[in-house]
Amino acid sequence: MRESIIMKIHYGTALGAVALVAVHILMRMSQKFSDSLQYQNVIANYHFLPYALMLEAVLILLSVHGFNGLRVILLELKQGSTYEKMINYGSLAAMAALIAYGSRTILMAGMGVS
Amino acid sequence: MAVVAAPKPSEESNAKTTNQPNTITLRIARSNPSEGQESAFSEFQIPVQKWTTVLEAILYVKQNLDHSVAVRYSCRQASCGSCGMKINGRPALACYTKISELNSNIITVEPMNNFPIIRDLAVDFKQLIANHKKMKPFIIREDSEVTSESKEFIQTPQDLEKFLQFSYCIKCGLCNSACPTMATDTSFIGPQGLAQAYRYVADNRDKGKDDRLKIIDDSHGIWRCHFAGSCSHVCPKGVDPAMAIQLLRGYLLGFKK
Repeated sequence: MRESIIMKIHYGTALGAVALVAVHILMRMSQKFSDSLQYQNVIANYHFLPYALMLEAVLILLSVHGFNGLRVILLELKQGSTYEKMINYGSLAAMAALIAYGSRTILMAGMGVS
Repeated sequence: MAVVAAPKPSEESNAKTTNQPNTITLRIARSNPSEGQESAFSEFQIPVQKWTTVLEAILYVKQNLDHSVAVRYSCRQASCGSCGMKINGRPALACYTKISELNSNIITVEPMNNFPIIRDLAVDFKQLIANHKKMKPFIIREDSEVTSESKEFIQTPQDLEKFLQFSYCIKCGLCNSACPTMATDTSFIGPQGLAQAYRYVADNRDKGKDDRLKIIDDSHGIWRCHFAGSCSHVCPKGVDPAMAIQLLRGYLLGFKK
């Protein structure tokens, strides 16, 4: 993939994450902070489908943005064809693993499986 | 009757003192990596006038004190871009920096950062020139300028203004030396190459925009610039590579056609 496309995704995910995390923070402010951390309230978030989908979107946006940022930092630290391939595929694998694990949590909590 | 007083001996000696050159300490970084010689400083006491440049001070050392100091220079008027070095920690042209402007009696000169050292103050420009060539620094067109019907490509002053400042680059390497990305990413094209890419991309006579954008759209290309702006800060010719990089990004992000 061309670097300009990757960077467009990088900037896009940053903007998307800022917007959705702002919504998330506003939702937390609808009740007392300590109440929002109560077990029942947290589980209720996952049972509310639009909110669960938003959390999934935040997870994807932050994972893509964060791991691409880490990839860029590591590419600037050291150069070499093998190292660069390792970093590119490694960050892609880490990104996929984090999204899979986070999605599993959202899905299980949404379905009421603990 | 008017009387003209002869200057007193003390006044005469004062006048002589003010014309006397000051003496500064010039510290020159010495190293020879090909012989495994580590970097060390040699110190020299140099007489200077208010117009003496750093290059003149170094040449004074070569002529009178130690002829083995390695330094690259040519035009002595900030046109050739040969005498770039770190002067009191800041990349600058030695021929374009007056010692009196530095406000210090100790002047330290070192080779530029982010370049392999050949010896003492002389650095290797191979990568800079290679990156410059990679940007295809010439007008690309199918048709020739020399035809019987049209002997010139019409360009308005506004068209010229878009790239003129970038054509003032003398390839001195100061921008690359000041770039923090170049310090860690040895494959980075660098502000000099990117500014040259913009110079031709913005030229309305040129048709090689797509080729150049493809070259800079690389994992060690334009996106690795963090906009520190130090390249523009040190340029002796007033070129603004940081701006060129941002304008080039505009083409790649689709804001500019």
